[in-house]
Amino acid sequence: MHPGLSIIFFTTASGAGFALLALLGVGAPLALVPTSSWFALTALAVAVLLAAGGLFSSTFHLGRPERAWRAFSQWRSSWLSREGVLAVLTFVPAAIFGIGWVFFGARGGVIGLCGFFTAALAAATVFSTGMLYATLKPIHQWHNRWTVPNYLMLALMSGWLILDFLVRFWERRAGATAFWTLLAVLAAWQLKEAYWRFIDTTSAPSTVASATALGRRGRVRLLEAPHTEENYLLQEMGFRVARRHARRLRRIARSAAFAVPAVLTLLALLAGGAVGMAAAAIAVISAGLGLVVERWLFFAEARHTVTLYYGAEAV
Amino acid sequence: MTSLPEPRPDQKRLGLVIDLDICVGCHACATACKEWNTSGHMAPLPDFNAYGEGSWGVWFNRIHSFEEGEGEGARTVHFPKSCLHCEEPACVTVCPTGASYKRAEDGIVLVNEAICIGCKLCSWACPYGAREFDADAGVMKKCTLCIDRIYNENLPEAERQPACVMVCPVNARHFGDLGDPDSAVSQLVASRRGADLLPELGYKPVNKYLPPRPERMRPGGPPPPPPAAAETPAPGERLLRWVDRLLSR
Repeated sequence: MHPGLSIIFFTTASGAGFALLALLGVGAPLALVPTSSWFALTALAVAVLLAAGGLFSSTFHLGRPERAWRAFSQWRSSWLSREGVLAVLTFVPAAIFGIGWVFFGARGGVIGLCGFFTAALAAATVFSTGMLYATLKPIHQWHNRWTVPNYLMLALMSGWLILDFLVRFWERRAGATAFWTLLAVLAAWQLKEAYWRFIDTTSAPSTVASATALGRRGRVRLLEAPHTEENYLLQEMGFRVARRHARRLRRIARSAAFAVPAVLTLLALLAGGAVGMAAAAIAVISAGLGLVVERWLFFAEARHTVTLYYGAEAV
Repeated sequence: MTSLPEPRPDQKRLGLVIDLDICVGCHACATACKEWNTSGHMAPLPDFNAYGEGSWGVWFNRIHSFEEGEGEGARTVHFPKSCLHCEEPACVTVCPTGASYKRAEDGIVLVNEAICIGCKLCSWACPYGAREFDADAGVMKKCTLCIDRIYNENLPEAERQPACVMVCPVNARHFGDLGDPDSAVSQLVASRRGADLLPELGYKPVNKYLPPRPERMRPGGPPPPPPAAAETPAPGERLLRWVDRLLSR
């Protein structure tokens, strides 16, 4: 599948933003994060900028961005529509929660409840993003049980990493957030490895034979493509990353998104102070870059069933 | 609404039956499709960089050629592919705007270009590659089963068929109601064991493909022609052959 930059930015940035929003929504009422107004303002601003910026970026891949509002209408059947509706709905309790926390210092009662609602809706939004991909049957590398857990956990991991940095910046001490961040990074790493193992060892049930209803005489292979030049289907669905590059990019993703942030978070947990703050900051940057590579691979390694009609042996 | 319509008791399922046994791969159906539809319901079907290298454009029908089997037993099968107007079209249900829809009255899958946002998700959801993006208009386009021909009262009744069916020089394409077990197309599918493409995905395509006839599947193919009798060339021809040999040195 063609890796569109606006979609890569959208899924990574919005994932991190919604996860951070969820963590704040749960963390603030329970006093698990710093409670000062300035922290609230900064952390919520980062979360909203990431979430909303990602959503805005996603409209760039549309053929008719000015009609994007129509995407809120088909939530009964479409996960993309559900994702849009939930993303916008999340901002309603988030606004009440944010205003209450930042301007009135309130974290309990209705404001706290709104925090929990924000967390639930943010989680549902990321879940919808995952489901959007996981329900696409023609793409084996997406239509599997690992896609949704990966989307949720990768988002949560990036949310924790940002939260850890912010908390450290505010309180200048190693806290429980670093511990949870480390756990989140390790869990996300495990899930991504499981996903990669799954797509490496399995392929779709569809074959050239099932795609053409041929095969009684033996092996079916493409003799001649419909056109000598590429078409939309091949540009959009036929994108394939060379295996050699995929290996290298996986190593980059593995190091930048998981290994480096895990080591740095551990360092931050043990060191604290300025070293810890620097480590937490680098962990965020490294994970950001790593997740962009990871998301690029999520698209580039996905092989669409339609390529069976264009010479692919398996998908 | 992109939720699918509830099937009726005697649901009409208009579609195509494509005979892989006799398709000669002439691409006439693809050309006729392009010609009709570029000024039809989903018009235009733009081409990009049409006269240079890397040209591409929107086509609703494409002819692939496959080889089935290997060596002497192999056979070339020309394989036209267009929208199969599935009974379970995921391209419709994934649409976030309601632009994609399946008609309740005849099962034709269409796009309402006026509300399509061009997110391309429907083309990802289609395993058959039936949807193509019009980069000029920024919307998705697809086969309409020539909805502007089959119900067109300005055309003589015999011509109220999809353009691809009308033009096929070998009668490899048939149009009709596959929801009616007594229709000519349903009978054809039953007698020739018409098959679904990618049945394992569960899209339940309406269009059916008739496999190459098994009786033609003789290993070794037809008997070789009898050896030509040795001819004695005329004197003039012998001279020409000698000159040819001389000049060939």
